[in-house]
Amino acid sequence: MSEKPENILDRYTTGARINHWINAALLIALALSGMAFFHPSLFFLTDLFGGGAMARILHPWMGVAVVLSFGGLFFRFVKFNFWTKEDTQWMKQVGDVVNAREDKLPEVGKYNAGQKLVFWGMVLTIIALITSGIVLWDQYFAQYFTIDQKRWAAVIHALAATGIIMIVVVHIYAAIWVKGTVRGMTRGSVTGGWAWRHHRKWLREEVSKGAK
Amino acid sequence: MALDLMRRSASSTPAGSLSGPTTEVAKLIDISKCIGCKACQAACLEWNDLREEVGVNTGVYDNPHDLTENSWTLMRYSEVVADNGNLEWLIRKDGCMHCADPGCLKACPSPGAIVQYTNGIVDFVKENCIGCGYCVKGCPFNIPRISKADHKAYKCTLCSDRVNVGQGPACAKACPTQAITFGTKAAMIAQAQTRITDLKERGYKNAGLYDPPGVGGTHVMYVLQHADRPQIFAGLAKDPTISPLVDLWKGMLKPIAMVGIGLTALAGVFHYMTKGPNRVDAHDEEAAAREMRRKAS
Ligand code: HEM
Ligand code: SF4
Repeated sequence: MSEKPENILDRYTTGARINHWINAALLIALALSGMAFFHPSLFFLTDLFGGGAMARILHPWMGVAVVLSFGGLFFRFVKFNFWTKEDTQWMKQVGDVVNAREDKLPEVGKYNAGQKLVFWGMVLTIIALITSGIVLWDQYFAQYFTIDQKRWAAVIHALAATGIIMIVVVHIYAAIWVKGTVRGMTRGSVTGGWAWRHHRKWLREEVSKGAK
Repeated sequence: MALDLMRRSASSTPAGSLSGPTTEVAKLIDISKCIGCKACQAACLEWNDLREEVGVNTGVYDNPHDLTENSWTLMRYSEVVADNGNLEWLIRKDGCMHCADPGCLKACPSPGAIVQYTNGIVDFVKENCIGCGYCVKGCPFNIPRISKADHKAYKCTLCSDRVNVGQGPACAKACPTQAITFGTKAAMIAQAQTRITDLKERGYKNAGLYDPPGVGGTHVMYVLQHADRPQIFAGLAKDPTISPLVDLWKGMLKPIAMVGIGLTALAGVFHYMTKGPNRVDAHDEEAAAREMRRKAS
């Protein structure tokens, strides 16, 4: 391996990082264009997309793109996101989590319970959004659904969108709060100390695999 | 008749009227007088300079078979057995009802794409329309159609352009039997009452006016021979209201979503302010280094 300081661990491959940032950009663009239709006070956001009609045209296509890009992330990360007994324990001690008392928490593998909830929350909301989004997509699918189905789809789409936006906010905040996290997704590596503090089980696994 | 705005889609600030109260107008369609000649349908195409495709006959007189982005009004023909056992041919002129509480306007996300004038007419403003189709979901009568040509929404304007200069709608002008009349809403209700009295005398004991209160009343009203059963007139809704789903979507859901997202972000801000960043310290790095060396050796 190339020269790397002693205490640095690889966390994300270049492919995973590109995939993640494409997904992030799409989700933010979807949230901005979608919120423009959701609330009159936010309609000005359509200007970011070239006006109302362009935002209306682009939004569903970006939705299709996010399904593809999230699909990539899903298959890369799903194996690290299965729920374990330690995750249940971790959730019970969520008070220690927000108070940064990592020493009291069970040792965490590649992802902690909060990250797993973000992962599965996104899986569920994206499935709800693509399904309801297609029902709302009158330009191509108007004739396949009844008006009442479209009304249900509008309610479900708005609820699921609210859900995923809240999940994204939590996800971004966690990355800001826990220092040393963002470099994992930018440069692809983290420090040993970061892994020791937040993902000790993962650190032990990586070390015993012989990777650094 | 001034065309001041009473309501404007997706606008938080009130529309306001410069000229004070305006008289509400209405179109009255007397189904008992209609002979189904479709002069109104032709007049609508002509005045609005629209073309309908030449269709195919499927065994009924309805042509085209549904409202389209070009056909803003459509004669719908129903054969029904009436109370007295007679076969009746009911012909309803379908089109926008110009609700006092318009579901399309409530649903529209684009500021000023749908407006309601103080005289009650609900109009689509094409320049502001983004073609999302929300109005289709909002409408309790299934009226708006999105054009395949320019992806904008179309429906009857109640000839707002003609009304603006003191004319009646083109369809009313063309009708040879005066089944369609136009005037102030009060005058149209009064006229309907005399017709209903007539019809009752002729044995239509359930004759009545269709001005459904569930949508605040409408500015297109029908005289129905069988007002107790509007559904027999090609599925005219009995008690139309804006769907509760649309109410939820355009009502409660907005503050709930905005507050939910806002509070989530705010929780992050307060957490950071009170707990500060979660930093890796020297102990962590030393422990990690020890771990990595131990395994390596
Ligand atoms: C996954 C595929 C998606 C599809 C096919 C889709 C499609 C649609 C469609 C057709 C509309 C109606 C407006 C329009 O025609 O553009 C809409 C509205 C909306 N979308 Fe999506 N969308 C998707 C994903 C998302 C995502 C990921 C978000 C949030 C991050 C989102 C947020 C919204 C919001 C907030 C609205 C406005 C809802 C309202 O007016 O109540 N959408 N979407
Ligand atoms: S299609 Fe046009 S008029 Fe209908 S809701 Fe969308 S922007 Fe408004």
